[in-house]
Amino acid sequence: MKRSLMARLWPNATALVLFVVFTFPVYWMFATSLKPTGDIIADTPVFVPTDITFDHFKKALDADHFWTLVGNSLTVTVLAVVFSLVIGLLASFALARMRFKGRRGFLLTFMIAQMAPWEVMVIAIYMIVRDADLLNSLVPLTAFYMVMVLPFTILTLRGYVAAVPKELEESAMVDGCTRRQAFVKVIFPLLAPGLMATSLFGFITAWNEFPLVLILNKDAEKQTLPLWLSSFETTFGDDWGATMAAASLFAIPILVLFVYLQRKAVSGLTSGAVKG
Amino acid sequence: MSVQTDRTDTGTGTGTAAAPGVRKTDVSPPDGTGIRKGKGKGKGQGKDPAGRRGGASAPYVLLLPALLATVILLGWPLIKNGMLSFQNLNPRQLILHLTEWRGFDNYTDVLSSADFWKVVQRTVVFTAVNVVLTMVFGTLVGLLLARLGKRMRLVLLLGVVLAWAMPVIAATTVYQWLFAQRFGVVNWLLAKAGWSSMADYNWFGTQLSTFSVITLLIVWQSIPFVAINLYAATTTIPKELYEAASIDGAGTWKSFSSVTFPFIRPFLWATTFLEVIWIFKAFPQIFAMNKGGPDRLTETLPIYAFVEGPGNQHYGMGAAISFLTILILLALTAYYLRTVLKQEEEEL
Repeated sequence: MKRSLMARLWPNATALVLFVVFTFPVYWMFATSLKPTGDIIADTPVFVPTDITFDHFKKALDADHFWTLVGNSLTVTVLAVVFSLVIGLLASFALARMRFKGRRGFLLTFMIAQMAPWEVMVIAIYMIVRDADLLNSLVPLTAFYMVMVLPFTILTLRGYVAAVPKELEESAMVDGCTRRQAFVKVIFPLLAPGLMATSLFGFITAWNEFPLVLILNKDAEKQTLPLWLSSFETTFGDDWGATMAAASLFAIPILVLFVYLQRKAVSGLTSGAVKG
Repeated sequence: MSVQTDRTDTGTGTGTAAAPGVRKTDVSPPDGTGIRKGKGKGKGQGKDPAGRRGGASAPYVLLLPALLATVILLGWPLIKNGMLSFQNLNPRQLILHLTEWRGFDNYTDVLSSADFWKVVQRTVVFTAVNVVLTMVFGTLVGLLLARLGKRMRLVLLLGVVLAWAMPVIAATTVYQWLFAQRFGVVNWLLAKAGWSSMADYNWFGTQLSTFSVITLLIVWQSIPFVAINLYAATTTIPKELYEAASIDGAGTWKSFSSVTFPFIRPFLWATTFLEVIWIFKAFPQIFAMNKGGPDRLTETLPIYAFVEGPGNQHYGMGAAISFLTILILLALTAYYLRTVLKQEEEEL
């Protein structure tokens, strides 16, 4: 009896400790951003903010160009994800449902592209973009982010397309649909969770991208939020309240999207529709 | 999301790690039909409408946009990078748009510099340490997830997902604050725990301590991917196998080594390789943490290429360094791709 109690206690206790370890940095970010400066630089850290203030958020929101950069980040990210979804869906359909010469070659191409070392190609990209006279523009960022998330989009969507039973498509075609109609009416709705999951990952990649925008867009009004955040500290010195508020502002959309979309993607998949 | 950020994957099934237990391609392909045609040669034999009705050129038309985008936007920089690495390209040439070829001189210079080899060595050690820590703890957390009851599992999953979803730059900023010399909560905790000399410790003053903070950050953000994937893998193991094992008198360890491990091995392989690649080319964590400092002592290859190229405006040299980095990555990737392709073959 005692042993089984211990056996049950240990995993739960460990899980609880791990939960604290994993969440603490995220918690500390939000907690700091809400504390008055006096509490932030107290000799004994204030673990639970009692005296809540929104001054730090105000400061971050009032920072130069903040809203311009929000606009830039959103534009670049959303466009990149939408383009890659459209192009990727076509490609993934071919790869999942058709047999043709060179299929493996295409697959291999996208698998290699998936591992492209964008981080070390910044010099070449800089030269190309400079020669095209497109430095400090959102166009090359959008294009490159689109290609960054494209291979992942294709390979993942391919899995989702393959998981939709062929019979559904065939019976729709027997019922008189053309292939395109069968796709739009039958398959596309079933792909919704896959599209969500894929766009979520694409969104995170583009939203986070740092090295490219660091070298391509020196103009303060043409940057994106990751750059803004990384230079925030320099601008605000040791103002950790404002810095953590800025980090929160940058992280909130992703955290919300992740928690929300992940559940949707999971429930959509497990609801049974896909298993046929 | 490399992303995580930048964290993406290969679509071998690990991709929907966010959907634990849903897709388990590596073990059982989600090929709902199970009636795929052998080699696609049976074109005239009816019954494979998906294979024919679009016409022979349909797949190529569908693939064209994706292929064009990839070839142009990825292939061009790669080729450009190769060309630049043979050029003498410094601020003068850059401003005057001069093309001066240098043959292999950039490579001779890079390969004969002691700095370069120090950075290579550092990158290898850094990658190895981070990957081992990530894999060991990620696996343990994954196995723990599999053992927990429903409610506690949800709690731990939530914590893990939060760490995963944190944007890299935001996470880096938070770690700078956690480890801040003054008022950083880590120093306070260490001092409270009786290590009073740590009360005012400057974590970003030495190579080892800076790397420790970076490692903690990377491992913290990488564990979720490994853990959730592994947990998803364990859900594919048929319960009967454990029953059979326990009837045979297998203990905890024995049933792990004879049932669990063989099942999760492919996942461990795939995840390890992905982590190697991701951590090897980690950029924002290191750069945003301390710009490769102190004294350039935490520069890994990608950072080194960046600092030498755009930073010190030796673009040709930077390109040569990145080309060598790409070669190393390619060597690492080739092995992984081979594994993936083999699985792919079984799946087809």
